[in-house]
Amino acid sequence: MALYSEKVMDHFRHPRNVGSIENADGVGEVGNAKCGDIMKMYLKIDDDVVTDVKFETFGCGSAIASSSMATEMIKGKPLNEVLQLTNKAVAEALDGLPVHKLHCSVLAEEAIKAAVQDYYNKK
Amino acid sequence: MIYADNAATTKMSRVAIDAMVNCMENIWGNPSSLYEFGQKAKEAITSAREKIAACINAEPNEIYFTSGGSESDNQAIISAAKVGAKKNKRHIISTAFEHHAVLHTLKKLEAEGFEIELLDVHENGVITPAQVENAIRKDTCLVTIMFANNEIGTIQPIAEIGAICRAKKVPFHTDAVQAAGHINIDVQKLNVDALSISAHKFHGAKGVGVLYARKNFQLTNIIEGGAQEKGKRAGTENVPAIVAMAAALDDACKNLDANNKKVLALREKLIDGLNKIPYSILNGDRKKRLPGNVNFCFEGIEGESLLLLLDDKNICASSGSACTSGSLDPSHVLLAIGRVHEVAHGSLRLSIDENNTEDDVEKIISAVAEVVEYLRNMSPLWKDKLNGKKNFILEA
Repeated sequence: MALYSEKVMDHFRHPRNVGSIENADGVGEVGNAKCGDIMKMYLKIDDDVVTDVKFETFGCGSAIASSSMATEMIKGKPLNEVLQLTNKAVAEALDGLPVHKLHCSVLAEEAIKAAVQDYYNKK
Repeated sequence: MIYADNAATTKMSRVAIDAMVNCMENIWGNPSSLYEFGQKAKEAITSAREKIAACINAEPNEIYFTSGGSESDNQAIISAAKVGAKKNKRHIISTAFEHHAVLHTLKKLEAEGFEIELLDVHENGVITPAQVENAIRKDTCLVTIMFANNEIGTIQPIAEIGAICRAKKVPFHTDAVQAAGHINIDVQKLNVDALSISAHKFHGAKGVGVLYARKNFQLTNIIEGGAQEKGKRAGTENVPAIVAMAAALDDACKNLDANNKKVLALREKLIDGLNKIPYSILNGDRKKRLPGNVNFCFEGIEGESLLLLLDDKNICASSGSACTSGSLDPSHVLLAIGRVHEVAHGSLRLSIDENNTEDDVEKIISAVAEVVEYLRNMSPLWKDKLNGKKNFILEA
């Protein structure tokens, strides 16, 4: 059996929404270099709806795949729904992650929440 | 497929496969059985023992067959500790970057009251004989230092260390798992008392190895049972694997110089090519290293994603990142040579052998350069370094 599910590998090989957004309405960065993963999320928000999202990630395959999947799950969603996103939902959408990689999905959830918080702070 | 992970395991050689299959088909008796068919298997083991002894300049009765490098390391260390404890000697000298088969055994002994002193391996990954000389005390019962490191390939001055241990009458064990079949081993010139070998690192089968133990090196059993291996290692011998190991080591030793010449040229080309990637660094001394070992760190990326993308390009390699080690910390070897966590996460080990070609090396260089650039472009850490928010750690 492969290390990762087909879905993880698909999002790792072809990550969706990679990059940054200039003058983003909310930016969130979590993780640190010492631990080997950093995730950064950029949100464009209009009328409390995420109209665009981009990510940058330094990390392993599942970190990149989790970021990619998370961006797809929140794009076009109102903020109240975005804030409901859990790491469990990200991991499930990826058809599961190995136990020692679950923290990657936690980082994705935290990065998005940090970006939304940044948006509220700026408001 | 380009296989560049020979430090993990090697492809079995034709001679080893042939020897193994022949044994499975024709010499499958139990070596302990009295009848001639069983004795045929015993003869096969005796002949394998002689062949292996000749390869490392030992006596056949100093060769003990084990399940591999880990068991050999365990038995050598535990044996020396037991002898030491009887004499009230509980100080053991080793290095910070040994294989876990050694480090974890030492940790166990530490919990039992032994004092473990791990020598610093410096930035180049090579210890000095003087370090060992200065560390030896009246209560030192063992010095165990690896011949060549499994991650960064650096070769230790084993003969010089052995001479010091011999003069001070301290038993000396070396984990030669990465060295055997790749560089010359002469246990007389090396002054070692015990030495560990694993067959699958030199084109033999997995699950079989050797513990060389000089006559005066008193062995303690790890596995109790029958009287195999002079009563020092119980269990019916893995005859096919033992015979294949002897064939593989014999073949590797006969072709050692020719293979080394070829592999060394490929290694140098590979290092030169990867050195062109900015903010990268070769881990371990460039000269005092195994002919086939190349180990680099690339700043701003993580090793596991590098490996997965190389795998997509049909290149097999390994990394010392935390994600590949299954723990939270990156490789203890890279940390021991002073790489900070962040840099150690971005490591890549390529271990080539005589089956690789110049074309392989060129493909590896361009694939690594491409993948590193791709991953850096999506790395927020890399971006922060480029725009000056964070400092570069490695030189451009």
